[in-house]
Amino acid sequence: MKFLGKNLNNPLVLASGVLGNNKEILERVHKNGCGLVTMKSIGPAPRDGHKNPTVIDLGHGMINAVGLPTPGYAHMEEEWKALEKRNFPLNASIYGGSVKEYQAVAQFVTAKNPDFIEINISCPNSEEHGMIFGVNEKSAFDVVAAVKKVIDQPLIAKLTPQAPDIAKIAKACEDAGADAICAINTAGPGMVIDIEAQMPILAFKKGGLSGPMIKPIAIRCVYDIYKAVSIPIIGLGGVTTGEDAVEMIMAGASLVGIGSGVRYRGINIFNQVNQELNSWLTTHGTTLDKIRGAAHKTNCFQESAQ
Amino acid sequence: MKPVTDQTPIMLKLAHKRIDSANFATLFFDYSLDFKPGQFVMIWIPGMDEKPYTISHHNKSRFGITIEAKGLFSKKAVAMEEGDLMGFRGPFGNGFHTISSSNIAVVAGGCGMAPLAPLVETLDRDIIFIHGARSKEFLLYRHRFDIQRQICTDDGSQGHKGFVTDLLEKEIINRKKTDKQPLEMVYTCGPEIMMHRVFLLCESFDIPCQVSLERYMRCGFGVCGACVCGEQVVCKDGPVFDSKRLRTMDDFNKIALLKSGKPVNMDQYFSWRCQS
Ligand SMILES: Cc1cc2nc3c(=O)[nH]c(=O)nc-3n(C[C@H](O)[C@H](O)[C@H](O)COP(=O)(O)O)c2cc1C
Ligand code: FES
Repeated sequence: MKFLGKNLNNPLVLASGVLGNNKEILERVHKNGCGLVTMKSIGPAPRDGHKNPTVIDLGHGMINAVGLPTPGYAHMEEEWKALEKRNFPLNASIYGGSVKEYQAVAQFVTAKNPDFIEINISCPNSEEHGMIFGVNEKSAFDVVAAVKKVIDQPLIAKLTPQAPDIAKIAKACEDAGADAICAINTAGPGMVIDIEAQMPILAFKKGGLSGPMIKPIAIRCVYDIYKAVSIPIIGLGGVTTGEDAVEMIMAGASLVGIGSGVRYRGINIFNQVNQELNSWLTTHGTTLDKIRGAAHKTNCFQESAQ
Repeated sequence: MKPVTDQTPIMLKLAHKRIDSANFATLFFDYSLDFKPGQFVMIWIPGMDEKPYTISHHNKSRFGITIEAKGLFSKKAVAMEEGDLMGFRGPFGNGFHTISSSNIAVVAGGCGMAPLAPLVETLDRDIIFIHGARSKEFLLYRHRFDIQRQICTDDGSQGHKGFVTDLLEKEIINRKKTDKQPLEMVYTCGPEIMMHRVFLLCESFDIPCQVSLERYMRCGFGVCGACVCGEQVVCKDGPVFDSKRLRTMDDFNKIALLKSGKPVNMDQYFSWRCQS
């Protein structure tokens, strides 16, 4: 299938921050049935991330405050060299603490020839008292426009469900030149307290929620975004089965991301979800293109009310 | 009480602390842990950090963890007092694949003895058991097993002065000369450079081996990617890897990731690990 002019084996995407720490593991995920693999978000300077505990499984999903660890874009020479000779499509995720930082990372990364550049705008803006870029239309617009100017690849804007109206943010990103939207990043933030220790379990105290428990939020976000923009959407959040993927596509997604699902079904989850998705399409005698956005059809009740 | 699982940590009371030597202490918890030798748990000291440790003692009602006091976390851990609470998640990882035979060698180096000890307790009593350490003081569990042990130290303060591989090679060659059955499996844990040497030695004599690797970890269940070694996810696919797998792992004894995700050589990796 084609996505923004590039060939992908299938509509599945590896979420940023899940496994994607080196070329070998990205390649393994690709070989296990993932159409497009995303690197862990690359930041402007070396960063260790938060102290452990950073990732805790809650049964119905997980909470994490990994804290955006990164070697820093300029300290990854060997990684970039290895990735030059890849035989799979690559999505490079980037972040920054200011528009300038995003631009600096983007300028460097674009020269390394990934197939797509995804900008993670769920980060606090140090110039705006730590307000998250992705919760405000103007700051989302500014950062997307600034990055778009300096890159050669299609730009994917990765949105946070913390935005009061995610559809408006998506529209601002489209207006600023984004070629696609990826939604959603982790939900929350949430907190889990251990009552014996009388302390939040995460060292950072608060963390983002992911996995099955956030799927309804992700579906709603993708549904709202689909109404607001005409660029394609990577629907992400809580997908673990082929039927979840169908649901995401019916909400309006062109591609479907999987992150936490790797925890529940292993790396082979991509092959499994592809198979389940295809068999669902076959038994229903339909295609991806036909079901995309299917949930937006006006229903009988609305029609008769009109 | 909720059971210890691979989800939210469960707090357990330190039941007993045993000082093993100037450098090691073993912490015991009265809990029946469902566990296979070679697996690990994530130990949480609230307000401090969370780190992976292998189980060194295990029976139906109790398990123990042996800790070398070298960094901030491990010093805090060995300073815990009976009755203090620690959080547990796990067990994680695959554990050793055990076979029933007496033609087995177990090769332990330094604190690599900890994960091997519960394995040894499930094996035949006439296995070959090689135990090395920097010096006499770093030899763990000197009176624990009623299995004959071949000892070596870097400084010669006890046993053979030299490497565990000297003793292993001698054993392999001896068996050839005397028409004894060749070794069918070598289990090893210790410094990665030592395990690498054991692996190469086994390869040259066509003996299968299993090694237990260590990498910086966050989730413990194969999602965050902190622990990747090439295409292998150490917390999930490992920590125990067999010869067949090791042959494909170019990063074995070469590359490990720092907390930032930066790949570095093993010297840089261990000098960072020893401080944290
Ligand atoms: C451990 C972990 C680390 C993550 N790191 C990043 C990251 O670096 N950049 C990013 O854009 N999203 C990151 N995410 C969010 C995921 O990419 C994804 O948006 C979210 O987890 C929802 O999808 P899921 O329910 O399939 O996991 C991370 C998620 C997890 C669980
Ligand atoms: S520690 Fe997270 S993948 Fe291994």
